[in-house]
Amino acid sequence: MHGAQIPFAEALNPLAAGFILLSAFGMVATRQVQGVMRFFILQSAFLALSAFLIGFSRGSIHLWALGGITIAAKVIAIPWVLKRTLPGDLYERREIDQALNIPSSLLLALLLAIAAEFVVSPLVTTSADAVIRVNLPIGLAGILIGAYSLIARREALPQLVGILAMENGAFFAGVALAPDLPLIAELAVAIDVVLIAVVIGVLTRDIHRTIGTTQAAAMTELKEESQP
Amino acid sequence: MTRTVAYNIIQLLFVIGFAPLYAGVLSRFKENVQSKRGPSIFQPYRDLWKLFHKDEVVSEETTWIFRVTPYLVFVVPLFVTTLIPVLTDYPLAFAFMGDMLAGGFFLGLAGFFAGLAAVDTGNPYGPMGASRTRMVGFLAEPVFMIVFFTVSFVAQSTIPYIVQQKWVASPAAFFSPAHILLLIAFLMLILAEGGKIPVDNPTGHFELAMIDESKGLEYSGRGAALMKWGGAMKFLVLTCIFLNVLLGPWGLAHGQQLGDVLLAVPLILIKVFLFVIVLVVIESSLAKLRLFRISEFLGAAFIISVAAMIASIFSVSVA
Repeated sequence: MHGAQIPFAEALNPLAAGFILLSAFGMVATRQVQGVMRFFILQSAFLALSAFLIGFSRGSIHLWALGGITIAAKVIAIPWVLKRTLPGDLYERREIDQALNIPSSLLLALLLAIAAEFVVSPLVTTSADAVIRVNLPIGLAGILIGAYSLIARREALPQLVGILAMENGAFFAGVALAPDLPLIAELAVAIDVVLIAVVIGVLTRDIHRTIGTTQAAAMTELKEESQP
Repeated sequence: MTRTVAYNIIQLLFVIGFAPLYAGVLSRFKENVQSKRGPSIFQPYRDLWKLFHKDEVVSEETTWIFRVTPYLVFVVPLFVTTLIPVLTDYPLAFAFMGDMLAGGFFLGLAGFFAGLAAVDTGNPYGPMGASRTRMVGFLAEPVFMIVFFTVSFVAQSTIPYIVQQKWVASPAAFFSPAHILLLIAFLMLILAEGGKIPVDNPTGHFELAMIDESKGLEYSGRGAALMKWGGAMKFLVLTCIFLNVLLGPWGLAHGQQLGDVLLAVPLILIKVFLFVIVLVVIESSLAKLRLFRISEFLGAAFIISVAAMIASIFSVSVA
């Protein structure tokens, strides 16, 4: 259909999109904090790969820079920062407390993905751009699934990963819509994201130090600051 | 016509002959990765030879089902082999005899009889394993169907050869998010159906934890050999569907000459060997799931396959 005139590098972009959607599902399906983190790193890596591919085929230096920033910020800096700020036993937790069980979460994530495709489909019929057709629905699905895991998970670190996954989805859709976004904007966002991670990491550590847990469900009672 | 029949027979011989080798390479390589020496890659052939030369013991309490089942388990993967592209990328003589659902039904028939035979003996472990196998089976069924419907929808056909040509050859389908999602979903399905590690431990000898193995516990001699061989062939057939129909046509014979088809044999073996490496990595790096987590595993496969279907439907309707 469109295959003949699409350059090879750009043709690989949908495969990266498939992995991005897959790791979004993985973040919902995993019980372990470490597993959620790994899926986030995987998603960010494929995001960077997608930016490189589109940047390569369109000759856009902005997208190369974006991919580099994504790798530096999300694949390296954020996991490292969180590893340093958070106490180790958060990572060793095997069962994350969450509002719904895993199968219903997965079904909801699927519904969100279908909704994203459905919402986007009237928008992309007029556009002939293959990249927009692939990136927009999957980016939107990434945003919605990230928002869902932000709601459903009751633990600080997976909630943070939910926010970051939303950012990933927005980034993936944005790459298609505005490939020549000024670098300064993206740089600001990338630094913002790292700062969010640092702030939430430090806050979580403080909460963990004073209360002894980071499960949101356990924090239902007020606690006096200074006991004699 | 006679030529395509001959090629079909070559495909059958390929599946019959190399299925034990596939199992042998897989187990040897897995042991090697876990820094053990492991059995020879030809050990499954020796096992079959040994079992065929042993006496068969059949309990007096069993019915005809117990006797018929090994033959069914052996023959059914061969039926499926005639329907799918194992060595060639053009349809052979029996390709239009049945579609992919027919293949699914054939494999389901063997599974059904194997389950009945396990219950037939009255051995306490048999029915337990049979019911677990059914549980895995009915959870796997929807994934099977959704994967097949998705590729059939794109290819406008349910015949595996046609699907292979349309689905993998057209760049729009090959380079689509649905392709990756379908591959992952079908890989999870193969792991579940083949009794591989996240679902079942193929090397475990503890009857209480068995899922797939316990169906063959009561068989001895020739029956055991046929069950073993049939199981290996079923796994090779599923692998061929995964590698040739869904993943890509690389290695399949394109030309009509006998030499092309014979050249495809080592190429497909190399492809299968690369898949063995993937399987070994999966099997060595994951732990076996608890029984009631299997529903989550296959549920995830189902979700992924439905996401693939949605993605492909919308992308096709747009394009």
